[in-house]
Amino acid sequence: MNVLDVDYMVGLVPVLIRYLPLTLAMAVAGMALALVLACGLAVIRVLRIPGLNGATLLFISFFRGTPLLVQLFLFYYGLPQVLAFLTQINGVTATIMGLTLHFSAYMAESIRAAIVGVDRSQTEAALSIGMTNGQLMRRIVLPQATRVAVPTLMNYFIDMIKATSLAFTLGVTELMGATQKEAAGSFLYFEAFITVAIIYWLIVEGLAWFQRRLETRLNEAYRR
Amino acid sequence: MNEQATTAANADDALMVEMRGLNKWFGDFHVLREIYLEVERGERIVICGPSGSGKSTLIRCINHLEEFQKGDLSVGGLPMTQDVKRIEQIRRRVGMVFQHFNLFPHLTVLENCCLSPIWVQKKPRKEAEAQAMNYLERVQIAEQALKYPGQLSGGQQQRVAIARSLCMHPEVMLFDEPTSALDPEMIKEVLDVMVELAHEGMTMLCVTHEMGFAKTVADRVIFMDQGQIIEENAPEAFFNDPQSERTQLFLSQILGH
Ligand SMILES: Nc1ncnc2c1ncn2[C@@H]1O[C@H](COP(=O)(O)OP(=O)(O)OP(=O)(O)O)[C@@H](O)[C@H]1O
Ligand SMILES: [Mg+2]
Repeated sequence: MNVLDVDYMVGLVPVLIRYLPLTLAMAVAGMALALVLACGLAVIRVLRIPGLNGATLLFISFFRGTPLLVQLFLFYYGLPQVLAFLTQINGVTATIMGLTLHFSAYMAESIRAAIVGVDRSQTEAALSIGMTNGQLMRRIVLPQATRVAVPTLMNYFIDMIKATSLAFTLGVTELMGATQKEAAGSFLYFEAFITVAIIYWLIVEGLAWFQRRLETRLNEAYRR
Repeated sequence: MNEQATTAANADDALMVEMRGLNKWFGDFHVLREIYLEVERGERIVICGPSGSGKSTLIRCINHLEEFQKGDLSVGGLPMTQDVKRIEQIRRRVGMVFQHFNLFPHLTVLENCCLSPIWVQKKPRKEAEAQAMNYLERVQIAEQALKYPGQLSGGQQQRVAIARSLCMHPEVMLFDEPTSALDPEMIKEVLDVMVELAHEGMTMLCVTHEMGFAKTVADRVIFMDQGQIIEENAPEAFFNDPQSERTQLFLSQILGH
């Protein structure tokens, strides 16, 4: 086994970092859209809105029941064949779409569980001081549900950042795609992939640090 | 008089709470049977009875935390209907204190008290806070205003809950076993606040087994069993000369040990 080519790895870092913004942009866009969609789905499930509730269950079942890679191929390669207006879809858009739908299915369930988990007695107390259903949702139930849901949602965000690497299979040159190209040129596969692994790892560790701070803040009211 | 009360234009003349032939079922279970109850402004009522007799359900009908199926209920002359606006209107007149306090754990004591004034009564924050501090002082807990409920003892939390209710200026206060979740040494501090409230003329309906409290402040004691009002009387007569056998049995049980 050859000695690890450390100089190559160090040189590779600035090359790969140039693709980091795209990776993060896809993750942030996916997360933002997934959050909005998941909140909508969760509310439909909590209120059991007739008609929509069944559709939501089917949606969640499908996007949790099939691999993300299959969903990405379906959007990128499959859908344009049946839906003409999608011929323009590019890899980045397809990735964001896939991440949004896939993760919103998971997130909807954890948001729903967090909302349902807020004790009924909290709602009663809010009603007893004259608050309307909208007010008590906004001021009492959602803030308490957020505290419960945030750790899980942050874990999904971390998962999503890593899942953006699948975009490379749709021909997108993001962090993973760039690494693949560099490695193919230098034949230093081990060095290249260990470098990109470390970059992903550091991003996730940074987020985990942020997550701990966020949770401390959210738990402030509950410290004895 | 009753006819007048339900339709009174001037709310001040109306009974504070009036129930006429109230019935409620939980599925097949007939939990409230033909309840007739009239509470005047400023009256203090204590409701007691065995577990499961429907005491909580009865007072929870007054602010529509429970729905009833038959009969009439009005609060300060306003008939209870299914109309959301009417229900909200009635709830703004009725304060409630729960057995387990039900404070909002994510908000400070002060924020708990300001919610209703700010969001329901639309008062400016400064004014709401000043008023909340006033009530917190009255329940002697002003120095804890910036703490969170989880950092307070049970007795302190219950006093905050009373202040939170008072902050919306209710015309009548409902208490559902306010001291039964408390350690014995904290019961008195909550009862003291309730006694003071009674002396200030607040209309009160209290579900409680604190018979000392009933003797001190109640105008009437109501005994419930199996969804019915079995007996009601002034405390003196109620305790010394209970009429029904069931009341006698109940009193011997709770006063016996
Ligand atoms: N949501 C509900 N669904 C079905 N039954 C209920 C419900 N709430 C209460 N009950 C039943 O109605 C009866 C009266 O309940 P309620 O809570 O009013 O009694 P209570 O007199 O307050 O008793 P306790 O002293 O134990 O608080 C009980 O038998 C109870 O099991
Ligand atoms: Mg009860």
